Amino acid sequence: MAKAEAQNIDRSKMTVSDEVVVSMSGVNKWYGTFHVLRDINLTVNKGERIVICGPSGSGKSTLIRCLNRLEEHQLGDINVHGIELNSDVKNIEEIRREVGMVFQHFNLFPHLTILENCTLAPIWVRQMPKKDAEEIAMKYLETVKIPEQAHKYPGQLSGGQQQRVAIARALCMQPQLMLFDEPTSALDPEMIKEVLDTMVALAEDGMTMVCVTHEMGFARKVANRVIFMDEGQIIEEKEPETFFNNPENDRTKLFLSQILNH
Amino acid sequence: MSKKNVNFVRTEAAPLLPPPASEAGITGWLYQNILNSMTDFSSPVASIKSVLMALVTLFLLYVGLGQFWALLDFSLFSAVWTTPEGVKREACLTVDQGGELPSGWHGACWPFVSAKLKFLMYGAYDNDQLWRPNLTAIIGLIGLAWVMIEPLPYRRYVGAFLLTIYPLIALILLTGGNFDTDYNSVTVVTILGLLLITIGRQAKAGRLGATAGEFAGMFGTFGWIFIAYAAVNATLGVDFNLRQIGTNDWGGLLITLVVAVTGIVASLPLGIVLALGRRSEMPVARILSTVFIEFWRGVPLITVLFMASVMLPLFLPEGVNFDNLLRALIGVMLFSAAYMAEVIRGGLQAMDKGQFEGADALGLSYWQKMRLIILPQALTHVIPGIVNTFIGLFKDTTLVSIVSIFDMLGAVQSTYADPSWGTPVQDETGYLFIVIIYFVFCFGMSRYSMFMEYKLSTSRKN
Repeated sequence: MAKAEAQNIDRSKMTVSDEVVVSMSGVNKWYGTFHVLRDINLTVNKGERIVICGPSGSGKSTLIRCLNRLEEHQLGDINVHGIELNSDVKNIEEIRREVGMVFQHFNLFPHLTILENCTLAPIWVRQMPKKDAEEIAMKYLETVKIPEQAHKYPGQLSGGQQQRVAIARALCMQPQLMLFDEPTSALDPEMIKEVLDTMVALAEDGMTMVCVTHEMGFARKVANRVIFMDEGQIIEEKEPETFFNNPENDRTKLFLSQILNH
Repeated sequence: MSKKNVNFVRTEAAPLLPPPASEAGITGWLYQNILNSMTDFSSPVASIKSVLMALVTLFLLYVGLGQFWALLDFSLFSAVWTTPEGVKREACLTVDQGGELPSGWHGACWPFVSAKLKFLMYGAYDNDQLWRPNLTAIIGLIGLAWVMIEPLPYRRYVGAFLLTIYPLIALILLTGGNFDTDYNSVTVVTILGLLLITIGRQAKAGRLGATAGEFAGMFGTFGWIFIAYAAVNATLGVDFNLRQIGTNDWGGLLITLVVAVTGIVASLPLGIVLALGRRSEMPVARILSTVFIEFWRGVPLITVLFMASVMLPLFLPEGVNFDNLLRALIGVMLFSAAYMAEVIRGGLQAMDKGQFEGADALGLSYWQKMRLIILPQALTHVIPGIVNTFIGLFKDTTLVSIVSIFDMLGAVQSTYADPSWGTPVQDETGYLFIVIIYFVFCFGMSRYSMFMEYKLSTSRKN
């Protein structure tokens, strides 16, 4: 089934360039004495769609949260969009402007309307005039197919709609890179599809994406690389076709058999 | 699939039935609000419980209504409202006590309150200058109403006026202004401020190098603070041809409101800063805030006031003289800020981590994140706690009477010394009067906070 769908998407804009967006080398992180990321080396080029999967507690979320400094790494170098990620607040804010993030629990601001959620960062961070920001917000709300909800509050929307707003909110900053941290894990099955469709459309548009997800159908369809992590290490890194059909590592095989066979 | 396999298929919609009597109408209201716990007769035990419950309710109703009736009777039906010209205490005395009222009479002596009303409201403030506190109150009330009533335009600006220019106007109107301002130092500060602003502008334009550019905002901010300081000082020094009235002559409700409003207005921003400081990742800010909060929470307000009025002058150099009221005000302000900080910290603590991360991931700076995302939500969560602190503060203003500042309670107590109004009901009448005033203010705050809670919560719930 996944194979049939894989042919349905428009790959004309999904091109990978040589330009490096993210490079991580020798990244290590500890929570206290717990070594959560072990010697991570990863390069993401512009236009790549990377899916990171792995068992719970394997450090996938921590890895992508390091990319915009929601988590601090203690050892190694992370370079995002040509900017060195260190404790310099200015660098951090600059990187965060260029990196959009979508969370498992949406993290919309409940006291602001959908439109205000989307225009907040462009207005305050990019110093965009309110009118322009609203125009852009409406454009992206149309992309995620909910412009009619613009004046409602997040609490009035379904989970799937909220997640699509969260994607639109991140897009309003016109980021170079989008991070997805298990964007469908908190959703009902029916809503997962609408969010995945939005993400596929985004990929078709040529967005560089790093997704932590358990949606293997999405990985097959969209990803150009699948990364498997376990115990804080990258264990396997392959094109989706090879990854799903011929995994090398035993741990990967076990994981795939458990997640695909039911 | 054949029809026989289908066990049950509804062929028409189930009819909508009217609700039972216990759910709607007057009976429904009675059931839900009064009779709920008293109408269970399903078993002997439940019946006994129900009957007992009903008896307890009736008894409590009897006691409550009796008390309420006694209050109404004292304050309205049996009260003396007017006296003939020149008659004072005699109007409120019974036959046995030498008056004309029937023996056993017990009621409020309102003429006593109206005779002392000026003193209860303004203390010893000059009689011919009462328009000044009145004007102050009227400007304040209009401003406050303007800010509270939603459809009015420019509410933001009126709010800003209330917080910046209004205190200055109030200070000048109430005291008479014409302070001893040293205009030389005002000039120096102004020049310094202008200089800093210019440096800030130049630095922002990048003409002073990269390092200075980083501090452009700081230069500008300090510049404006200097200018504002100079402007306030210069205005205070102007002679508006108002008679000077020292705070020793202030009293009554005037003092109560001055102390309460200053405390309330100052404690919120101070409390926010302290709460943020206590949760800050910067050790110095955190330690300073914690020490401040714990110190002020650790001492009783009465001690603070006593120290401020009695001990502080001993530490100050000869000739430096702080106004007694000002000292009490600062004490109250810092004291309530510490309490407010803990209430607000509770709200910050309750915020979901995702809200911080959501704001961070969008690239908002720390202050933007706090101002736009975290504080609006955190403060809404703790409105009950904030208003609790406000109401507590309003009532704590009575404590200033121990440092010989005559707030409303102090004022009413001092009127009891007047023998020309000395009657057995004098105390009760006076206290009842200020109880009513306190109640009106506190209940008003409470209701407004409930309205705010309702308004702010509807926006986020379905």
